[in-house]
Amino acid sequence: MEIIYATAIGILAGSGTWLLLRPRTFQVIIGLTLLSYAVNLFIFSMGSLNLDRAPIIDPLQPVDPARYADPVPQALVLTAIVIGFATTALLLVVLLASRGLTGTDHVDGVEDGAES
Amino acid sequence: MSGWLQHLPILPIVIPLLAGAGLLLLDDAHRRARAAVALVATALQLVAALALLSAVAGASASAHGIEVYRLGGWSAPFGIVLVVDRLSALMLTLCAVLALPALSYALARWDRAGVHFHPLFQFMLMGLNGAFLTGDIFNLFVFFEVMLAASYGLALHGSGADRVRSGLAYIVVNLAASLLFLIGAALIYGITGTLNMADLAHRVPALPADDRALFAVGIALLALVFLVKAAAWPLNFWLPSTYSAASAPVAAMFSIMTKVGVYALLRIASVLEPAGAFAPLGDVIFILGLLTLGYSAIGVLGVQKLDRVAGYSVIASSGTLLAAFGLGLRDVTAPMLFYLTSSVLVMGAFYLVIEMTERCKPYGADLLAVTIEAFGMDAPEESAMSEDVVGFAIPGALAFIGMAFIACTVIIAGLPPLSSFIAKFALLIAAFGAAEGAAVPTEVWLLMAAILGSGLTAMITLSRLGMRIFWSGEARTTPQLLVTEAVPAAVLIGLCIALALAAQPAMEFMQATAKSLHDPSHYIEAVMSLTQETGR
Repeated sequence: MEIIYATAIGILAGSGTWLLLRPRTFQVIIGLTLLSYAVNLFIFSMGSLNLDRAPIIDPLQPVDPARYADPVPQALVLTAIVIGFATTALLLVVLLASRGLTGTDHVDGVEDGAES
Repeated sequence: MSGWLQHLPILPIVIPLLAGAGLLLLDDAHRRARAAVALVATALQLVAALALLSAVAGASASAHGIEVYRLGGWSAPFGIVLVVDRLSALMLTLCAVLALPALSYALARWDRAGVHFHPLFQFMLMGLNGAFLTGDIFNLFVFFEVMLAASYGLALHGSGADRVRSGLAYIVVNLAASLLFLIGAALIYGITGTLNMADLAHRVPALPADDRALFAVGIALLALVFLVKAAAWPLNFWLPSTYSAASAPVAAMFSIMTKVGVYALLRIASVLEPAGAFAPLGDVIFILGLLTLGYSAIGVLGVQKLDRVAGYSVIASSGTLLAAFGLGLRDVTAPMLFYLTSSVLVMGAFYLVIEMTERCKPYGADLLAVTIEAFGMDAPEESAMSEDVVGFAIPGALAFIGMAFIACTVIIAGLPPLSSFIAKFALLIAAFGAAEGAAVPTEVWLLMAAILGSGLTAMITLSRLGMRIFWSGEARTTPQLLVTEAVPAAVLIGLCIALALAAQPAMEFMQATAKSLHDPSHYIEAVMSLTQETGR
């Protein structure tokens, strides 16, 4: 499971980084989104990967930390998702404003080779 | 502290949160009420910050000037804590001291150049205050995001193609940096099992050797993010265009945003100092600081517009701070904090002065054009005396702007007798004094050359531009200036002068701050000792 998980993070991060360096604003925003998926998965994996261990303590059983997942990374990842979602939505608005004001979707607001 | 006073540390976060949320409900029809709420909230934050400052500065020897506030009564390391020590209190006060003049300057005109200026302003203050107060790394991230999200809105305030274009770069760079922050924080949690900074200091020395390299990667990623915020070369190309495109009061507020990065570096380095886990990064930061200074010197000489000069001056002050920080000498920390205070105040004043200077040109020449059209603002020549403008136009406006410009030039270039000179002088003396008779290391000579060189280039450019603006008689309109605009700039410059006059008590406070930073055991104890008294 670790191999698949790590490969998935690697592919997402690699694609995200490549898209982030592209000149079109749409590519940049998709790149940032992919990167944030990779980061979210990475945070989640920091609580170590395991199956059938809910982070909810069962009062009927004796308390044994080994039977529960670490809840902190799950809380962190939720926070990160919410913040990432909000900032991406904001960036989308700025992207549209930039498209409207400059007439191009190039990140510099001018096409390559065009007179600025 | 007892009674309601024990809740003082949370006030710098709660006040702007409530005020910002409340301000969202007031639309344009309630302009006066909105201005009043914003002013009162900012003034209250200043009062709270000053109360905290006096509480930690006047603390008895046993308390070491550290107040810990447990959110929800949960104690560290399981709960979230806010920690006020001298450095936090200093930064909180600096933030509030800068915010009040910036806000009153904005009230004269700028807050009407777009929607939701006041809520965004309060939310940015909340993010800044929270970042200075928080005691754990993940909340530092959250408050960074609050601050940045509000700053995105403020940077775009007034709209226009230039703002949107530079704002886009600013947002993308900071989003990418936030992702790195998350990776760094997650790595640190994965290895040490804690995010609380004081707890981190406990656990790092006990790390097995295999994990140390990974932990160093996590810390390096965090430092990288803070260097982006602090505008270190080569991570600062977004800064000059973003800051020069932002409206004047916003740019003035942004002058403290780069210092948040420096603050975070100081804090992390402080808690990791006993474990020696931060030391290897110091050399890198020193070299980056020098390169930043060099880059800003070239930039200052190369640009023609005043607002860009200001952007490069912000970079120069970051470079000075980073180089001094990277030097890793204990005695340098106090002058460095003094310089930080002085440079935040003067850069805030300078952005306000620049905008007033721009009015010597025909109104609405370049950047403002879109704003005026979009929001139906008329040139102030026609509307300055209308009923919705606070105050009255003062005579001798040009003389005032000229004097303010000279004062800013003197402080930015670090000439005697004002505050920045004292800071740089003390910094270099401390750096040379640390050699104690032995040969002065090359780093110190490099630092001296870089600091003096950047001061010289700032002097050359600012005096050249000043002569062109104030002494050449060509096509200059006499600017209209309101008292509410002149006073904030005058107050900020006056604070720099006061800082120079009260240099001794100020420096003593900075030295106490530096001492507690280099001996974080009291900080760590204060946060962790609460674990024992969980019974209540």
